[in-house]
Amino acid sequence: MNTNTSLKVNGQTHAVSADSDCPLLYVLRDDLALHNPRFGCGLGQCGACTVIVDGRAVRSCLLPLSRAAGKEIVTLEGLGTLEKPHPVQAAFIAEQTFQCGYCLNGWVMSAKALLDQNPNPSDAEMRKAFESLVCRCGSHARIFSAVRRAAASMRAAANLSDAQRSA
Amino acid sequence: MAAKLPLSRREFVKGTGGLLIGFSLADSAIVPQLLSAAVPPQAASTTPSPARLDAWLRIEKDETIRVFTGKAEIGMGVETAYSQIVAEELDVAPARVAFVMGDTAETADQGGVGGSTSVAQGAKPLRNASATARFLLLQLAATRLGVPPDQLEVKDGIVSVKGDPSKHISYGELAGGTDLNDALNVSGAGFGLNVQGAGKPKDPASYTVVGTSLPRVDMPAKILGHFTYITDVRVPGMLHGRVIRPAGVGATPATVDEKSLQGIPGVVKVVVKGNFVGVVAENEWSAIRAAKALKIGWSAPVQAFPEREDLYRHMRAATPKATRVMANQGDAAAVLATATKKVESSYEWPFQSHASMGPGCAVADFQPAGVTTIWSGAQKPHALQQGIAQLLNLSADKVHVIWVEDSGSYGRGGYEDTAGDAALLSQAVGRPVRVQWMRADMTAWGAKGPASVFDLSAALDAAGSVTALQYTSRAFSGTEILPQPNSAGNLLGAQLSGVANTTGADEFAVWGDMAPRYEFPNLHAVGYVVPTFYATGSPLRGTHLRDPGGPATTFAVESFMDELAASVGADPIEFRLKYIGNDARAKAVLASVAEHAKWDRRPSPKKPAASAEVVAGRGVALAIRNGTYVATVAEVEVARRTGLVHVKRIVCVHDCGLIVNPEGLRAVISANLMQSLGRALKEEVTFNRSNVTSVDWTTYPVTRASDVPEQIDIVLLNRPDLPPGGAGEPSSRPTAAAIANAVFDATGVRVRQAPLSPARVKAAWGTAVSA
Ligand code: FES
Ligand code: FES
Repeated sequence: MNTNTSLKVNGQTHAVSADSDCPLLYVLRDDLALHNPRFGCGLGQCGACTVIVDGRAVRSCLLPLSRAAGKEIVTLEGLGTLEKPHPVQAAFIAEQTFQCGYCLNGWVMSAKALLDQNPNPSDAEMRKAFESLVCRCGSHARIFSAVRRAAASMRAAANLSDAQRSA
Repeated sequence: MAAKLPLSRREFVKGTGGLLIGFSLADSAIVPQLLSAAVPPQAASTTPSPARLDAWLRIEKDETIRVFTGKAEIGMGVETAYSQIVAEELDVAPARVAFVMGDTAETADQGGVGGSTSVAQGAKPLRNASATARFLLLQLAATRLGVPPDQLEVKDGIVSVKGDPSKHISYGELAGGTDLNDALNVSGAGFGLNVQGAGKPKDPASYTVVGTSLPRVDMPAKILGHFTYITDVRVPGMLHGRVIRPAGVGATPATVDEKSLQGIPGVVKVVVKGNFVGVVAENEWSAIRAAKALKIGWSAPVQAFPEREDLYRHMRAATPKATRVMANQGDAAAVLATATKKVESSYEWPFQSHASMGPGCAVADFQPAGVTTIWSGAQKPHALQQGIAQLLNLSADKVHVIWVEDSGSYGRGGYEDTAGDAALLSQAVGRPVRVQWMRADMTAWGAKGPASVFDLSAALDAAGSVTALQYTSRAFSGTEILPQPNSAGNLLGAQLSGVANTTGADEFAVWGDMAPRYEFPNLHAVGYVVPTFYATGSPLRGTHLRDPGGPATTFAVESFMDELAASVGADPIEFRLKYIGNDARAKAVLASVAEHAKWDRRPSPKKPAASAEVVAGRGVALAIRNGTYVATVAEVEVARRTGLVHVKRIVCVHDCGLIVNPEGLRAVISANLMQSLGRALKEEVTFNRSNVTSVDWTTYPVTRASDVPEQIDIVLLNRPDLPPGGAGEPSSRPTAAAIANAVFDATGVRVRQAPLSPARVKAAWGTAVSA
């Protein structure tokens, strides 16, 4: 049964009419034309569909629409722009990270969620946070470099603003 | 000229059947757009003749150089490399170069993507066409500026008089809007298609753009989320389809209970054609639900496969379908029969799945009276046009394939089949249908890299030299499903609906080609093709998977070389150098990898402390593929209790002739190393008597974050004197052998079956210890 649901995505509220059991992924892609959450498995095993819900990286292929209602949802589209990319995006671009890039939504969104919680992850913490993501092309080594770069630039920016505050 | 936005300049769709899809680069609205335009339905769709310059390249008024190529981007940066090659010849900034790729109505048939040939061969006609365009533009400029062409120079598309830069004119002013029409001489076809015109390409010694690390042109758009993959294509009136594969090989839907779909809104049709079953619905979620809910009474599947543990026994016992002697010098059998010292070993490599990240997606718009359009990310769009035409019983000029990038495909895994499925469903409902495969449709039902087994034996003399070698390979054909989907029977949906696969061919695991061509005084190499288990609609049908036959054959030959070295107490690198003949490039990559890995010269195995919980070792392997040379050293740790192999470090030395883009090449190699590491340690398609049981990322594990080595060193040997060779696949080739050799070095135990999973390593080690 279709129900009317109010979804807050990237700061905008949308009224959608869809089955309340429909995974958020298909609503984002098909109803809201937000194509960056990608279908990789539909089983929670790869992360291609990752979105950030109330600050946490979540697999939208498993999240029923009813449980997404009323939450703050951020997709890759909501991170940054060409003029002002998110530091994670800037770092991933600088490192020429991916091959095909089909997986990148999962890595970029998970990296953002990780760095928001832990601005200076160790190698082991990074691997642990990413163990549930797939990149079939094998871009892993460059992904790690990109996350380290993003972490460094975000810390530098934070220190700078601390310094400005205390100045 | 204003700087171009750093976005992919790929234009992937032209007007067709009333549709126009493209990118708007205007202002901030950088979003894929879908417009309905009043274009009348076309009567026919033909592929441009490669004999015309404007089939390759056009200069537009805004100074864009629009390049048309039958090649496609499969995630390895070919668009970037092509930008550099065209920019180099034309003397323009690479950002000016925009592409139309793999559109059968817009681009010449270059055979599509395959065999790591896109730069080595596929760039040739682009280079020559660009050189000819520059030649013609200079002639036009000479007339306009009133000086002979040799007194002109070009800088970023502006032609000016040497010594008098005030006299100048741009490419766009010279040719913009009108086509530079010149006849080209055409030679070859498919991958080998080439053209020659009046302009001569530059001497590589003068290159300024080729050879630099131009950043990937598609990367910003992808990472910023502005990129359109095939999965994002939407056309007006489009429905969503899902396929339902048989309950097992040969199973037939005896009953289909459409009532089981009651309560699912928007179901349009259940399509049954032989064993092909699909559902079409108004929206994606309904299609998914319907595919799950549809009650089908399948007939009992055929028990076509052996039990998984009997696979290699079956392959050795099966009557071969084809035989080929690959080398025969001297009398290896006689020497082996009387040898005092012999080494004999067998190696086994499983079926592996392409398991692409995106499980396959295509859109088809069947038009019985006009031109049918297929949007697909398959690697060979022109061949797909033929296959779809046959499937739909249309002539090829009534089918237009528009290539749109999918996720990395690594060969003919299944995107071709997805297109076939979409075509069948669109034909059945008379509306455009988007088919998105579910995970198992790709991992379990996509075509497979074939399994192979190898038996090797060698005779050694008293001085420790190899006097004879015998090689026997038995493999399922890697071209049972041709990489070219140019017939209906090539496509899974067609096979399931009853069309026979008539184009399959025999492909062997080839000595001296899929592994280094070592030289021995007596050598006999023979290969057999094992017949397929089931001829139509089998999930274990063999096809090309990245570096067809290479990782398996090299695993066998390079493991065996290591065994021979160990048997005479020789250092593995020195031993290889002794048998590689006069191949200077092979020697150079081995010497370089020894240097960069700080290779410690000694025989394997290194004797570990008997009680150590974790033992370490290093191994090497060499690969030579169509003129590209790779030597890889792996350093591993093996845990005694679990059998878990962790690669701590990989050093890969790579020589592919002239390097077009060093940083892009490093990225490709790094990815190949990580993917092939998973193939070496984890990837194995499992099955029972009627079904593939590797269906998802749990049952078909691949490289994950925890597998990534702590250190990866990639060393590029640039050879500007040699033409660029292939780089898409060769570095996948030696990884498994290098790891197996390192495991031997660490443990003293030889694991001869891939992948080197913990269970397998533990079992081999345990047996060795107790024996
Ligand atoms: S698509 Fe959601 S985890 Fe794979
Ligand atoms: S870059 Fe292709 S799947 Fe990650």
